[in-house]
Amino acid sequence: MASSSSSHLPASVFNPRRHVGVHAERVSDVASTEFPGHYPGEDHSWNLAKFKENLKVSVKRLSQRSVEFDLVGVDASIANAFRRIMLSEVPTIAIEDVFVFNNTSVIHDEILSHRLGLIPLNVDPRLFEFRQDIPLDRNTLVFRLNVTCERIKKASKDGPQYINEYVRSGDLEWVPQGEQESVFASNPPAATNKDIVIAKLRPGQTIEMELHAIKGVGKEHAKWSPVATATYRLHPLILLNPSKPVPPHLAQKFASCFSSGVVKVSPDGQVSIDDRHLRKETMSREVLRHKEFEGCVELKRIRDWFIFSVESEGPYTPESLFPEAIKVMRGKIASIREAAEALLADSHDLGAAPAASSGPDADGDVEMDGA
Amino acid sequence: MAEATPKIRILKGAEPDLSAATYQIHDESHTIGNALRWMLMKNPKVEFCGYSVPHPSENHINMRIQMYDGLSSLTALLEALKNLDDLCVTIDDAYTHSMENDRYERWDEKS
Repeated sequence: MASSSSSHLPASVFNPRRHVGVHAERVSDVASTEFPGHYPGEDHSWNLAKFKENLKVSVKRLSQRSVEFDLVGVDASIANAFRRIMLSEVPTIAIEDVFVFNNTSVIHDEILSHRLGLIPLNVDPRLFEFRQDIPLDRNTLVFRLNVTCERIKKASKDGPQYINEYVRSGDLEWVPQGEQESVFASNPPAATNKDIVIAKLRPGQTIEMELHAIKGVGKEHAKWSPVATATYRLHPLILLNPSKPVPPHLAQKFASCFSSGVVKVSPDGQVSIDDRHLRKETMSREVLRHKEFEGCVELKRIRDWFIFSVESEGPYTPESLFPEAIKVMRGKIASIREAAEALLADSHDLGAAPAASSGPDADGDVEMDGA
Repeated sequence: MAEATPKIRILKGAEPDLSAATYQIHDESHTIGNALRWMLMKNPKVEFCGYSVPHPSENHINMRIQMYDGLSSLTALLEALKNLDDLCVTIDDAYTHSMENDRYERWDEKS
């Protein structure tokens, strides 16, 4: 294959079994087939050593707010589990209870409370427990919001006329409870962004409220989601047909069907794919609309090559979100495993006739007489 | 409060030797359902495995497992859970390794 001769991609990328077909109005070969019994004589049973060998995780871009990384060699069900967990099961802290003492602004209590709930806070959730019933210093943060708007007495004509015209997220005052003062001494709880406008006031209007922030997860309410987005897409692949090359006089038109930089045109009108920029391809399928390019090119995606893009919003650094998701996943597995082991112990008890009816069971329970 | 819902319940209609059974897993969703289904299907002793979310407002999934040779589906479930945990550890290690050792673009994003 001409396009792959000087490839930056590993050769295994061209294995047709890894390809999802992208056609004008449909996709093909979406589901993975690598299961035991699907291909005669091939072993596709779970093998950790083989998995380790094929797995490739590589970070591509990192900023203070977002990260992009490749996860290669896993099934969509695994990649999707991590994506779903990042969106809805990694915990954060958000305002849950609002006690309104006074609100004479034009914005209703309910709307204001909803807006307050959505403010991302900079508090590390790992320092908190989930609140069960009683608010404690281990599970609840208290803020006060106390703002009154007034006219500036000697305001210049074109300068600001009012003080506290805007209520901003930076106006939240943290009220330490119990041990919190020492725990959060180095990083006092506040909004991650101090400039979010919560309400607008005019002279004489007042907002006075107490806010309780607790730990929660995104599946209960999106305000507890630690990410702005967490998505993945499959790595694109463009295969040129060596037996039907693109006519040189149409080479520029062909190149313009793809994202810039993806298709290279040589001075004599030969087209080739630049693998280094292949991941930028948007897969617009524009090339499939033109009759003259029919049969010249095939569009594919690589089924097990996930390009993750995660934007953090809240206390976690972007690079720590994925490991947190893995931690949550392992927690879920552990809890199911515990329940399944208890079930296994129970089934053994039923199988072997109880020799001694008195005394504790395998699970430590003592049976009641005559129950 | 009444008795807490068990994390896993075997639905009625299961074979007595558990060679075919449907497990109802409480407080789980597609997140675990699909990943666990995939890992169970990777086991050659599993004849069939599928899961469903019976109703979006009910907080549980049903996982059906049927085994070859009268083997226990519960053992297969436990093995799949263990394998899934190994997979998580492997991915975590690979990610951490890449984060610490790879050369990648660092850029300044204004918020």
